[in-house]
Amino acid sequence: MAYSEKVIEHYTNPRNVGSFAKGEDNVGTGVVGAPECGDVMKLQLKINPENGVIEDAKFKTFGCGSAIASSSYVTELVKGKHIEEAMTIKNTVIVKELNLPPVKIHCSVLAEDAIKAAITDWKSHQTPASAQEPRKAQES
Amino acid sequence: MVKLPIYMDNHATTPVDPRVLDAMLPYFSQKFGNAASRNHSFGWEAEEAVDKARNQIASVINAKSKEIIFTSGATESDNLAIKGVVEFYKDKGNHIITCVTEHKAVLDSCRTLERNGKATVTYLPVDKYGMVDPDAVRAAITDKTVLITLMYANNEIGTIHPVPAIGRIAKEKGVVFHCDAVQAVGKIPVDVDRDGIDLLSMSAHKIYGPKGVGAIYVRSKGPRVRITPQMDGGGHERGMRSGTLNVTGIVGLGKACEIAQAEMAEETRRTLDLRNKLQAGIFERLDEVYLNGHPTERLPGNLNVSFAYVEGESLLMGISDIAVSSGSACTSATLEPSYVIRALGIDEELAHSSIRFGLGRFNTEDEVGFVTDRVTKEVQRLREMSPLYEMAREGVDLKSVQWKTE
Repeated sequence: MAYSEKVIEHYTNPRNVGSFAKGEDNVGTGVVGAPECGDVMKLQLKINPENGVIEDAKFKTFGCGSAIASSSYVTELVKGKHIEEAMTIKNTVIVKELNLPPVKIHCSVLAEDAIKAAITDWKSHQTPASAQEPRKAQES
Repeated sequence: MVKLPIYMDNHATTPVDPRVLDAMLPYFSQKFGNAASRNHSFGWEAEEAVDKARNQIASVINAKSKEIIFTSGATESDNLAIKGVVEFYKDKGNHIITCVTEHKAVLDSCRTLERNGKATVTYLPVDKYGMVDPDAVRAAITDKTVLITLMYANNEIGTIHPVPAIGRIAKEKGVVFHCDAVQAVGKIPVDVDRDGIDLLSMSAHKIYGPKGVGAIYVRSKGPRVRITPQMDGGGHERGMRSGTLNVTGIVGLGKACEIAQAEMAEETRRTLDLRNKLQAGIFERLDEVYLNGHPTERLPGNLNVSFAYVEGESLLMGISDIAVSSGSACTSATLEPSYVIRALGIDEELAHSSIRFGLGRFNTEDEVGFVTDRVTKEVQRLREMSPLYEMAREGVDLKSVQWKTE
């Protein structure tokens, strides 16, 4: 099976590998997949509670080259985006960017799920009085 | 410096030995006769070459030359043995005994017979080393059993089954014993009499011969074993396999057997030494590496290991200048990890992390050193990227985690 150039590039030089320090504020973590399925992605997003913008992202992935490339690409994709916009990212964007073959589409689905899981996790840690809700209204 | 890429996948196939190629070359355009042409020198020349090859092949498994039937390869030999026996002995019974880690050519032949209502099949389990228990074979035999089909050595994990013990049971119970010996012939001593084998499948391209040619041994005496042909035609190979003989291929198979037999002791010593160096290097430099297969009863060239927390296909991608194979789901069309590794009862995650190194005649010590370095470095890099490795180091029990899957 031949890999696309972009998959190889992300696999060889993955962006934003790592984890935020334990207990760091404003970090949402999404862990999706399962070891027995051969794919586990951990995506962490550092989100500004003032305006709901994703300021930084880090990932760690256990999985094939396409899974690593999908998560690497996603960290670049979400940076600077508002969380509501990030929530609308579809896996097809990842498939297109990385030229994933049909057998690897599940990698992109997992990456999409990871974004949603990380944002949901972050939201669950915010107090209802968080500033993000009114800001969101302003922006839209 | 080593020359890249490095080929270390010798269970999948092997390069043709230059000595084998030299033996074959005249039979393409000079001595091109049909071995079945009885009336001219072209035919006689071809027949003579085939006879010589038959002797060379018989010799490596201690058979008689007339007991060797040529086929297109081991897949055909397995199909012919299994379907041929079931069809021929249908009045005697319809039960087959095999095991879960057999090659697909055996398993799928059995499944086809099951599906068509021609046979019932017992699939024996294996122990944690991938070995079948001869007592389980004995216990599975019924008065309807017509065939035991078990491999000599496994193609993924290299485990060598207790074939002589199984052969004795088959003899004692009067059941035909077919052995897929593709990975064993020419690598370790195989003796159809000592091992009690009635039918044996072998292939040229696993022993430095050409692709597309193989053979099946069919016992002629004590007892005489019969099979119903699966290919109709000119009645070649004593009626068991019609079709003009692939003379060049057969010459290659014969020469490959001759070399393998003459050099087996030396080659085993050398291959084993390389394998042990590779294994020691990897195990010394990495933690949480697990050997798949039997620690001692294993093919000399086989090393199958699971690198915990690293997915096999991503590792293959990282060492793309080294040709090895993985039991990872991602390398198969089915998205299921290797059924052989899973049959060992190890964690699914470790099945995804398995890599098979297949050392062979042309691998060198420098290559082993290079592979050890590359694999070690890549595993370390991927572990730094692995959330599972991070969790394990933090003391999280991965089995207690509720994974989010859809």
